[in-house]
Amino acid sequence: MTRLGDLERAVMDVLWDSVPGRSDGVTVREVADALAGRELAYTTVMTVLDRLAGKGMVQREREGRAWRYRAAASREAHIAQLMLDALDLGGSRDAALVRFARSVTGTEAEVLRAALAAEASGGTAGPGALTGRIEAPTSRRADRATSADEAVDG
Amino acid sequence: MAYALHFTLTILACWGTAQVLARSTWPWHSPRVAIVCWQAVGLALGLSAMGLPIALGVSAYDLPPGSGLVALFDDLLHNRLPAGVTVLDLAGVGIGFGIGAVLLTTTVRSTHGALRAQRRHRDLLALVARDDPAVPGALVLDHPSAAAYCLPGVKPRVVVSAGTLSLLDPAELDAVLTHERAHAQERHDLVLLPFTALGRALPWLRWVRQAHERVALLVEMRADDKARELHAEAPLAGALRRFATAGHRITPAGALGLGDRDLDVRVQRLLVADEPRRLIVVTALAVASTLVTLPISLFLS
Repeated sequence: MTRLGDLERAVMDVLWDSVPGRSDGVTVREVADALAGRELAYTTVMTVLDRLAGKGMVQREREGRAWRYRAAASREAHIAQLMLDALDLGGSRDAALVRFARSVTGTEAEVLRAALAAEASGGTAGPGALTGRIEAPTSRRADRATSADEAVDG
Repeated sequence: MAYALHFTLTILACWGTAQVLARSTWPWHSPRVAIVCWQAVGLALGLSAMGLPIALGVSAYDLPPGSGLVALFDDLLHNRLPAGVTVLDLAGVGIGFGIGAVLLTTTVRSTHGALRAQRRHRDLLALVARDDPAVPGALVLDHPSAAAYCLPGVKPRVVVSAGTLSLLDPAELDAVLTHERAHAQERHDLVLLPFTALGRALPWLRWVRQAHERVALLVEMRADDKARELHAEAPLAGALRRFATAGHRITPAGALGLGDRDLDVRVQRLLVADEPRRLIVVTALAVASTLVTLPISLFLS
């Protein structure tokens, strides 16, 4: 990954991890302070935020003489969007991706779309909700293997 | 008129070849040859669809379509049309070029759309996907659903979801990654592109959609073959089965996902060792090259 891409990711992480109470956004100075370990110039951070705004990843509002930035969508919403693409549910008719197998079920599609809809209406799921859902399939691993074999036998 | 008949016969031959390709099972044993055949059918069909109205339009010259076109343009430039050329003839030539223009613009639009979607996808991946020691060289998306795919391009990316990591064992995961890398290396996205574009241009034509589905399946089989070269059949078949049944836990019975029949076919073909039959392969390639040569030679003569 390029250095710039790396920086964009670091800046987005700051925006996503900023205290929820501060939903009105953070300033360039605050982002630079959060990334103090990287010793970035103020202008560098501003450039990165500008680029991210250009890509539609962050939104900004003017407050006095400074801009306040916040993430346009949560990390979870972006992942849901990528998964919709990955499972060919994104509604695109273009051959943008080549998939291993399409095994998606109606319920999964609904869950993914609901994640995006919830995002659009303002309510964001906490990070805990996501990790909790990831844990689940691991513990069901054994059942799944047997059910797979049954399906082929039958 | 003889040339128009040639184009008509080519169109009929394309249709026949497509029927045979769609109905036989030999393509499953030699997916690459079958893909070449589908491409030949598509190309020959496109050229003949352009050629037929053009051949009718320049029939007054009594020349092959290529030379006829040159003569027509020469006459148009010098503002002297022979008496035999009517408005209908000119319309024919116009329709021929119109078909060519439509085919070209849909392909360009489809390419443009795919590139834009890929760029957006790449931007998002850069922000939220992570590396994982379990899958070196691939990106991981933290989501419990099972997905594995290739984002094609000059710098292709293989992406798997966290759900896939927990669904597959290491050997199966390796096979899936090799499968996806095969997609990237052989640019299967470009193989699919013209068929996707054609499907967009003629969405009401059932057999265009069918051709696209067939080619998509063949592309998967080709990638399966690349994966089984490096790994054994068992892990790949295992991975396919797990993907096929991944949804069972959370869906009511019977509500299977899309493409289940295709998954079944792919698993079956991995389990049954069957050598490609040389005679069929040679015949198929001969038919494919004949199909393409016919319209091209008419245009060049």
